[in-house]
Amino acid sequence: MSTRMFGEPVARREDPRLLTGRGRFLDDLGRDALAAAFVRSPHAHARILDIDVTGALDVDGLVAIYTFEDLPDQVGAPLPVLLPHPALTHGRTARPLARDVVRHVGEPVAMVVAADRYLAEDAAGLIRVEYERLPAVVGIENAEAARDLVHDDVPGNVGAVLLQENGDAAAAIDAAPHVLEFRLAIERSASTPLEGRGVCARWDADDGSLRVYTSTQASTSVRAAIAARLDLPAGKVEVVAPDVGGGFGVKIVHPWPEEVLVPWAARLLGREVKWAEDRREHFVAAAHERGQLHDVRVGFDGAGRVLGLDVRIRHDHGAYTPYGIVIPIVTSTQLLGPYKIGAYRAEVVSLYTNTLIVTPYRGAGRPQGVFCMERTMDRIAGHLGLDRGEVRAANFIQPDEFPYDQGLTFQDGRPLIYDSGDYPGLLRKVRDLIGWDGFGALRAEAAARGRRIGVGLGCYVEGTGVGPYEGGHVEIDSAGRVHVSTGLTSQGQGHQTVFAQIAATELGVPIADVHVTTGDTRRFGYAVGTFASRAAVMSGNAIALACRKVRAKALRIAAEALEADPSDLEITEGEVHVRGDRSASVPLRTVAVLSNPLRYAFDEQTAAATQFAVGGSPSEPPVAAGDEPGLEGRDYYSPVRSTFAAGAHAAIVEVDPDTAEVRVLRYAVVHDCGRLINPMVVEGQIHGGVAQGIGGALYERMVYDASGQLLNASFMDFLMPYATEVPHIETDHLETPSPLNPLGVKGAGEAGVIPVSAVIASAVEDAEGLRVDAMPLSPDELFDLRRRAEHDPALRTRAVNGP
Amino acid sequence: MTEETFEIELTVNGVRRTARAPARRLLSDLLRHGLGLTGTHVGCEHGVCGCCTVLLDGEPVRSCLMFAVTASGHEVTTVEGLAAPDGEMSPVQRAFQECHGLQCGFCTPGFLCTVTALLRDTPRPTDDEILEGISGNLCRCTGYQNIRRSVRRASELIAADPASGGPPAGEAGEGGR
Ligand code: FES
Ligand code: FES
Repeated sequence: MSTRMFGEPVARREDPRLLTGRGRFLDDLGRDALAAAFVRSPHAHARILDIDVTGALDVDGLVAIYTFEDLPDQVGAPLPVLLPHPALTHGRTARPLARDVVRHVGEPVAMVVAADRYLAEDAAGLIRVEYERLPAVVGIENAEAARDLVHDDVPGNVGAVLLQENGDAAAAIDAAPHVLEFRLAIERSASTPLEGRGVCARWDADDGSLRVYTSTQASTSVRAAIAARLDLPAGKVEVVAPDVGGGFGVKIVHPWPEEVLVPWAARLLGREVKWAEDRREHFVAAAHERGQLHDVRVGFDGAGRVLGLDVRIRHDHGAYTPYGIVIPIVTSTQLLGPYKIGAYRAEVVSLYTNTLIVTPYRGAGRPQGVFCMERTMDRIAGHLGLDRGEVRAANFIQPDEFPYDQGLTFQDGRPLIYDSGDYPGLLRKVRDLIGWDGFGALRAEAAARGRRIGVGLGCYVEGTGVGPYEGGHVEIDSAGRVHVSTGLTSQGQGHQTVFAQIAATELGVPIADVHVTTGDTRRFGYAVGTFASRAAVMSGNAIALACRKVRAKALRIAAEALEADPSDLEITEGEVHVRGDRSASVPLRTVAVLSNPLRYAFDEQTAAATQFAVGGSPSEPPVAAGDEPGLEGRDYYSPVRSTFAAGAHAAIVEVDPDTAEVRVLRYAVVHDCGRLINPMVVEGQIHGGVAQGIGGALYERMVYDASGQLLNASFMDFLMPYATEVPHIETDHLETPSPLNPLGVKGAGEAGVIPVSAVIASAVEDAEGLRVDAMPLSPDELFDLRRRAEHDPALRTRAVNGP
Repeated sequence: MTEETFEIELTVNGVRRTARAPARRLLSDLLRHGLGLTGTHVGCEHGVCGCCTVLLDGEPVRSCLMFAVTASGHEVTTVEGLAAPDGEMSPVQRAFQECHGLQCGFCTPGFLCTVTALLRDTPRPTDDEILEGISGNLCRCTGYQNIRRSVRRASELIAADPASGGPPAGEAGEGGR
């Protein structure tokens, strides 16, 4: 490993393209494609009585209108439950186009194809759908009351009941010296990438093949789904994720109705068809996350050590469950964080409502779990009059206790065993970074000048790099270019750079020679997808392993040419030579030529590999038994279980005494994702995550009215943070390498977002002396809380917390 | 129901372009789908995200809030026109790479156009002026910290080479596509 690229803040190789307008996002493709638009339900719950398309028929440029009736069986069948789970006893999914009942605003009812999007929308607007409205179920409490049902055949609106248990929590709590009980709530938000979803499909009638571009996080799985629906062999379907303008979870769901319908229509019409989601569609027809209620009961001793914890989680999964119940599973397991909790019991009830589906958004259930646990830690500190940091420290798993078995089953079906970490170290660092110990004086000083400031803290553990596997393929061509491919997709994480860093380091080649392709089934057909902070861990290690194979082969071939022993050779800047001696060397491009015995030459280079040019024993075949032509290798990484990253965040906020507006003055992150491949990229991931966390803590929510209308389905009304809302983020790192994988890395993609709501709640509570148990917290809610607290001492924190 | 179309003549990145489009065609759609300049992105089509920002006669505008016909006779600079004719990236573009001011790159063209105009008018912005200057553009990936750094860095690069600041003021036909 002579070319040290691993660990360096290498400038991103994807940037020049993206900075000069040469990125290719979904809607940049298919310039001559027909455009699809959808008629979507305006009602949260209704029966379709009639669809009348006559008005749309004389729209100029109209090509086709499809309703459920037009779809062949396999195309119109309900979409799959992607993640079946024994607890999901009542999984239900939508059909690509609604058959007779619609269950949320935005559900597709008809598809229009026309010459361009303007005309397609004209036609869609002229299609008349007659509905009989049915009562809408909105909100967790209404779902649970079950006065009305979302699905006739799902009693009580209950999709799943899941129990996670370790020890006898009820007994432990009853026996504990102190017991507290409270409810914590988190509102809905959404991934909201700036690029919406989109699909563009081309049918090649001459060879019976289909190429689909889709803005997805899982191209191989989209391919499998489309192939099955359209009854094509997978080899006849190519799925390519082009540049993707952010995903954050929402683009992992597949196949979307549109991903089935657009390719189907393209084949039927023999024309390229494209659909690019608009912003309103994204709000009502993609997916949301986060909405959950948590009833916590905790027993603890006088030092703040938790002896028993019982959490009842009620999860609103929306109208359908295509992505199973992975979010509350993650909440209920990752809730434990960096702590040793005596006995634990979590009961999840996952409920149907007439709202948009709920699927993972960056953090995927962890922000809710961390909110529960960290608010609990603060409650305990408040109750005992202890420092909030001390209570956490009293519960930490210690660095010498790894591997640590939490005694539960994680989202990958594997035991929840933490591989490595240093939680006390994280806390120490973040306390130093934010100035925890001197903060009391600062707060008093500010108070004397009429300012309200507070400090908050939050710790988390994040299971990253879940299996089952990813693969990597590496090929060195006769020009010395190194082609690296992996099946998982990219949405801005800099994979073309970090994977190139890994390959350059493993192979000893200049990074400029490395070319990375992701998410393209033409290049790599086996993959799982980009989610759960898994890309660096899974594909990073797979690529490293594939590089090691290629390196071994290169050394073997070069050893013959150099008449040396392979174990004496190394590769520097793309040249194989005897270790420490570069006088005799053979470039990898020549090794590539030699690796592929040729009959035909097309240039001077290849002439060297033809049969009369290469020597070799006349009694051996030109390609030895067990060998393959070409300087390439493929390998897979499949871990026994996830690796666990961790971190601690702290923030100082100021709350306006009059307007109740919360401003984040400082935000500090200490993060441990094992070995860093590219610290610049990791920092960027943290910044972006924290910004989304701030949005979730203070601004973003999905406002449904009682009839199931989403009232804020625009960027005017759904308040995503601008630069003015995001504070400067101070970061520090700790590196406890993962013992589970060759590179020692852990995932980093989601970390930034996970504890932010907990941290901001903790800081606001500290500033205000008021109990914060629901997020996001808008100024009017805080204002209202102040009012109510005047008459209700239970809403006040006992004494001022903290340092 | 055949739609009436209008002749549109405008200068884009220094090149005279003509097109026919219905009155309701957005400038963003004309640039992207009519002229094939897909570097300008649309994130909301209601004027909030700033992804579609282009320079109209040098001033940043949201091309999703403007009809293409109203751009007739004007000069438009898109992200494709920010680099020098020889392809060398502008100081703003270089600074964004150097400071990791982009992740997915979807919001980036809008930021680049906004910042190019900002630094032309305010070559040495204060931190507050930078914040104010980019506060109308959404980015979901970066958390803005590195975008703010990029703007500061671009300002330094321009100060070091003042001729490099603005978009290349091309004559008609120059660098034609
Ligand atoms: S697309 Fe124009 S402002 Fe969002
Ligand atoms: S870089 Fe992705 S939205 Fe800004």
